[in-house]
Amino acid sequence: MEKTYNNRAWLLVIPVFVIVAFSAIIPLMTVVNYSVQDIFGPGQRFFVGAEWYKETLRDPRLHGAFLRQIAFSLTILAIEVPLGIAIALALPTRGWGVSASLVLLALPLLIPWNVVGTIWQIFARADIGLGGRLLAELGVDYNYARDPIDAWITVVVMDVWHWTPLVVLLCYSGLRAIPPAFYQAAQVDGASSWAVFRYIQLPKLTGVLTIAVLLRFMDSFLIYTEPFVLTGGGPGNATTFLSQFLATAAVGRFDLGPAAAFSIIYFLFILLFSWLFYTAIMRIQTGER
Amino acid sequence: MHPLEWMAWTWPTALFFLGIAAALIGMLAWELASPTVQRRGFLPISTTRGDRFFIGLLGSAFIHLAWIGVTDQSVWFALAVSLLWMATVMRFG
Repeated sequence: MEKTYNNRAWLLVIPVFVIVAFSAIIPLMTVVNYSVQDIFGPGQRFFVGAEWYKETLRDPRLHGAFLRQIAFSLTILAIEVPLGIAIALALPTRGWGVSASLVLLALPLLIPWNVVGTIWQIFARADIGLGGRLLAELGVDYNYARDPIDAWITVVVMDVWHWTPLVVLLCYSGLRAIPPAFYQAAQVDGASSWAVFRYIQLPKLTGVLTIAVLLRFMDSFLIYTEPFVLTGGGPGNATTFLSQFLATAAVGRFDLGPAAAFSIIYFLFILLFSWLFYTAIMRIQTGER
Repeated sequence: MHPLEWMAWTWPTALFFLGIAAALIGMLAWELASPTVQRRGFLPISTTRGDRFFIGLLGSAFIHLAWIGVTDQSVWFALAVSLLWMATVMRFG
């Protein structure tokens, strides 16, 4: 039997379309307009073509921020994903321990991002902070405000503390969704716990892991608040990531043209990653290979 | 001050967005005239016509960025390469 489609439902999308037009499309068009002009004030602007793009794309400071951003995102992925799987495997599966550990793990996710930065800023201080003081007592020369390596480690550890629980929760739900019959079959075959992980749990986790990896990649690629509060991008430029580089140019120096050009470039990368994200998830859901 | 002054319009950007809008309307008309069929070409995923249009546009943006970032040649060459890319994706993607 032929199924009929009623396209009038599309009319209901119009309000959303109007809201998105005002909140996203018109500002985006404005940014594109800014990115090709040198703007001194209302009515005083000059068309400069692709000049800002050329300047931005060849700016060594931007290359630095971009490479730092990639390095940061890959580092936290390399830590958070295996750690998240390990913790999810170690969590209790029944009894009161389940709720207790899940609530404890979810706590960092509930803390506002600027508070996370503040917590770690104080925690890592060598004079009054618990963590920093402990390291100092142990004889470690640690100062995140002066040493770039220390600043990096602090930002990475902070992100791991803040976001590994997300990976854990996703993996835990994925693990709970595996039917007991798989484990029984493995037991009958005398499979080792590594074999169970490799051939049952890991394949079943592919879907949630894809979501975890892509969410964490996107979020870390946009990270702004926590490093801004913790290190302010310093020492020097050691922890200046892309969004902070942009904010410094647009708000700090009021260079609207270059900041707009950079925003467009940043936007295109985010669009690319979002599209890859979406395509990958759709492929997994439809089971296409 | 003109109401649209805050958006700081220029003719090149206005033409650019009119071009995008015209292309979207054209895609809509094409879809109404002959609905798309999902198929698989040289791209590693099966795509609809709209998917290929999006991939073409996004690819064109990165072609332009690469061109501006690497060479000092005119941007028009990048546009030519992009049109070629767009045509290839739409036809064989």
